[in-house]
Amino acid sequence: MSKEKMSGMFGFEFLDDVRRMNKRQLYYQVLNFGMIVSSALMIWKGLMVVTGSESPIVVVLSGSMEPAFHRGDLLFLTNYQEEPIRVGEIVVFKVEGRDIPIVHRVLKVHEKDDGHVRFLTKGDNNSVDDRGLYAPGQLWLEKKDVVGRARGFVPYVGIVTILMNDYPKFKYAILACLGLFVLIHRE
Amino acid sequence: MNTFLSRLNTIFAFTLSVMAGLTFCCFLTTAFNEHKAPVYIGTGKAIVKNVPDYSATREKNDLGFVVFDMQADLSRIFNWNVKQLFLYLTAEYETKDHVLNQVVIWDKIIKRGENSVLDYRSSNTKYYFWDYGNGLKGNNNVTLTLSWNVIPNAGTLPKIRGEGSHKFKFPNEYSTNRL
Repeated sequence: MSKEKMSGMFGFEFLDDVRRMNKRQLYYQVLNFGMIVSSALMIWKGLMVVTGSESPIVVVLSGSMEPAFHRGDLLFLTNYQEEPIRVGEIVVFKVEGRDIPIVHRVLKVHEKDDGHVRFLTKGDNNSVDDRGLYAPGQLWLEKKDVVGRARGFVPYVGIVTILMNDYPKFKYAILACLGLFVLIHRE
Repeated sequence: MNTFLSRLNTIFAFTLSVMAGLTFCCFLTTAFNEHKAPVYIGTGKAIVKNVPDYSATREKNDLGFVVFDMQADLSRIFNWNVKQLFLYLTAEYETKDHVLNQVVIWDKIIKRGENSVLDYRSSNTKYYFWDYGNGLKGNNNVTLTLSWNVIPNAGTLPKIRGEGSHKFKFPNEYSTNRL
């Protein structure tokens, strides 16, 4: 009796559920799993269309915008081309030769009459502007460098992503657990 | 399947949804705030120089110097969903080459609980006022405005322009003496 209780406590009992399933139920579970994955993908791609940004949700990875944004905070981005870029805005931009986009604030804007705009950014927590972060020889950012502009903010939510990036094993463990749970869980 | 793990899972999921709901309610209570406040800005004597910008192209660009006065009371903007204000003083002007130039010459972070009544007299700019080219000499329409970006605990990130601005002009001659 006590042995059974122990195995129940560590969750091995649920394997009985799988044993009791017939083929139909198993197919159903696999399809269900596929549904979850594809709807997540659909939501992501749908958000891309609505916001016009290639990555509508980003996690803050550095402390260069503290105390506004800390590591692990979540930002919602939009990138509507008709909206002009102005100082004070928080933009997410890509720099040639860097994989990870940077979230910083616009410090200077020079716009020509044909709409061509050059701008310079700076992190709130940095003492100098971003020219040292740009590609060698690059002095200004242009509209094509922008991935999005920050519109909404939720704290802490992205901390899981940071943990997963820092500890890849943790990522695989979580993915395996979720996958297993969805596949064998029976309502 | 009332195992220890499934109970833990339920409690965790419930806690998460309650926190998400509360956060959203917190955002809703402040979603329609205007965050506006009047601002007084003034300037002292402005001078302009034509010097090489060694931080950029090394070409000679116009570099403006100006001291400013500013008074504003921003304490009414703060509420339970305002973590900090990011204040920035923008100089906006038009030149021959560019229809719109915006240069931030001063900024400040005010966290909730800190002093939010501004009173500056003859304050120096925090950043160099470099033009892109030579558009500052004789420019008689430079507008200073104070704006703020409201950073909430959770919610949108509105950018608000303070009510009140100040126009000043740069002299028609370059200044050559040291400051």
